Amino acid sequence: MTVLQKKSDNPVAHLTPEDIEAIGFELDAIRQDVMDSRGEADADYIRRVIDVQRKLELGSRAVLLLSKFPPAWVLGTAGLSIAKILENMEIGHNILHGQWDWMRDPKIHSTTWEWDMASPAEQWKHSHNELHHTYTNVIGKDNDLGYGIMRVDEDQRWVPMYLLQPVWNFVNACFFEYGIAAYDLELGKNLATPERRNDPAFRARGKAVLKKIGKQMTKDYVVHPLLSGPSFLPTLAANFTANVVRNLWSHSVIMCGHFPEGVETFEKRSIDGETRGEWYLRQMLGSANISGSKAMHVMTGNLSHQVEHHLFPDLPSNRYGEIAPKVKDLFDKYGLRYHTAPLPQQVASAWHKVVRLSLPNGWLAETTPRNAPAQLAKLWKMTTGGPKVRRQLQSA
Amino acid sequence: MTATVPRPSRGRPALSALRDRVLKVAELITTPLLPADYLDLLDPLRSGAALRGRIEAVQHETRDAATVVIRPGRDWRPHAPGQYVRIGIDVDGVRLWRAYSITSVLGRPDGCFTITVKAIPDGKVSNHLVHRTRPGTVVQLDQATGEFVLPEQRPAKALFVTAGSGITPVMGILRNQVHEARSTSGMDVVVVHSAPTADDVIFGAELRALAAAGSIRLVERHTAAQGLLDGAALAELVPDLAERTTWACGPVGLLESLERHWEGEGIADRLHTERFRPRVLVTGEGGTVTFGRSGRTLDVDGATPILDAAEDAGLLMPSGCRMGICYGCVLPLREGAVRDLRNGEVTTAAPGDGVLVQTCISAAAGACDIDH
Repeated sequence: MTVLQKKSDNPVAHLTPEDIEAIGFELDAIRQDVMDSRGEADADYIRRVIDVQRKLELGSRAVLLLSKFPPAWVLGTAGLSIAKILENMEIGHNILHGQWDWMRDPKIHSTTWEWDMASPAEQWKHSHNELHHTYTNVIGKDNDLGYGIMRVDEDQRWVPMYLLQPVWNFVNACFFEYGIAAYDLELGKNLATPERRNDPAFRARGKAVLKKIGKQMTKDYVVHPLLSGPSFLPTLAANFTANVVRNLWSHSVIMCGHFPEGVETFEKRSIDGETRGEWYLRQMLGSANISGSKAMHVMTGNLSHQVEHHLFPDLPSNRYGEIAPKVKDLFDKYGLRYHTAPLPQQVASAWHKVVRLSLPNGWLAETTPRNAPAQLAKLWKMTTGGPKVRRQLQSA
Repeated sequence: MTATVPRPSRGRPALSALRDRVLKVAELITTPLLPADYLDLLDPLRSGAALRGRIEAVQHETRDAATVVIRPGRDWRPHAPGQYVRIGIDVDGVRLWRAYSITSVLGRPDGCFTITVKAIPDGKVSNHLVHRTRPGTVVQLDQATGEFVLPEQRPAKALFVTAGSGITPVMGILRNQVHEARSTSGMDVVVVHSAPTADDVIFGAELRALAAAGSIRLVERHTAAQGLLDGAALAELVPDLAERTTWACGPVGLLESLERHWEGEGIADRLHTERFRPRVLVTGEGGTVTFGRSGRTLDVDGATPILDAAEDAGLLMPSGCRMGICYGCVLPLREGAVRDLRNGEVTTAAPGDGVLVQTCISAAAGACDIDH
């Protein structure tokens, strides 16, 4: 993929500036409809989800007290995995977006909530709400694109290190919460120079993350296993498994949101002086949905409605499904592609892109069973040769 | 003069030390939540929880007033008759706080207390409580508070002037203390109550029964037929009012008229009033309010309290009585100017200051920066 601005078949070429502003007005109206009708049913919804999640977590942890019996281990681990997913996705992510601040309940508020995650809520809110949601899919600005460790665009020069990016991506998926914490700290950038390393603000944030990780680890890997007595090790394994399951799940959902093939990225320059309509348009083109059942939507924290979420990050998540048809109509009306597909398809598409970009531009598309030996030889040369060799072979 | 620094007490009660230790361990188990978050699932009214209450019943008094029976949490402290309680209730999913006088007798066998609410036009909370609240609803509470109470030393003669729902704190006093005050100190009680018609008198039957039994002298003023009550009209109804200690509760117009009359007579110190809303005298020019710590900026007009504007924008604000009494809402004003809606007084802060202002009765008077 190439940033939208460099595409020969620019998908927004047919829109006039007036069209783009009109899209903005129509979206504002959809948003206002929901704002005006928020009420008791919505409040009941989030309280019910929180109630179910807490009871599920308590119940699962109680079952795990006997986790040396395999059925208890399986049941408890499954329950705890689901509880952790609910807690991060439909509850934590959305509360921290301020989606429920309007209820004025200090217990369910973006400024007071803390979640079951390595990254402290305060730091995540900054990197996620302010940076990712503002600079969605802008290369070089939106760190969610590849988390600073991956090649996410053809224009990024290919180097052999990228061959390993599918591996990095998988490791990052397994330990996603730590990846997020590192990325909220901008660890790569901040560890680079002594000045940055010793910056008191950075050190304070680092300390907060370590403290949070300490508490989380103590809970999952010390206190609950100890409570399980003879089931110490099985409970530890169960908690580890639940954390990995949750990490893999949330990583997959988030990859589906912005990374499937066909989702657009944008140049840094392109957002200078961006109007509200243009910002909306970027969110429309830079997000992808997951189709599926109601349970699927809840388990993804309604990020299955990533398009709607990115247009209106602070609307209550339970309402995204209701406005989705209106948003889709708007895409159709203006001849834009509403990107939606079932989860397996979106995950496969996102992984395809990770693999494709781990290889030199065009390599994967050009490779067929017949020319495979020649292509592999070329890849070998590019991997072992210097930059000059790479440039020559790439342009050949 | 020598000052002794109290030594840290060695003998901290073992029980509370044990409780603290248990709580610490429980926090390790429940992090990032608190043990209370789980205990609330089981018993929101338990001791140690944030103070809450459960609505047990809603009993209709008149066509637009109802008595709400509330079972308070275990940490509830008994009120003094005449005091009010602040109640936070979710209306259309939004938590709103209001103050209501407690009307019940102390020490009810069922452990509940009651408030009596009159639905006012456009009143979100009052209409919700009177017409739509279902038993079982859990509400947030503060401890009872308020100065509208009889003094230890009962006056020989008392006058209660009330209008509409203004009868509620007085009913709390009459139900609990009128018999005791009459029998021990022979207190002579006159109640003047104003309502549109006889049917609109909240607690009408009970007041008339008290009058019939000779416990009080009751004067009902039915304004639909007889016109509004004011200081002059009252002086005719109660010729000896100068000899009485007076408690008044009702709409702002009535209270102001009484205050003028009492001041005119030179007996202002014998009048106690209870308000449920601040009286807005002067509005300002409005301005941009910046909340430094949350990084939010709002344009607020000169008639809206900063508290209301901030809450409407989704900010979580400290709040209290919402009428400028309790100081539960104060926040530091770092820079700028606010106007007190009750008297028009402007408070300014230079950069770096931290002038504490009551956000519930302060409107923006130009750009201001509030530390929150």
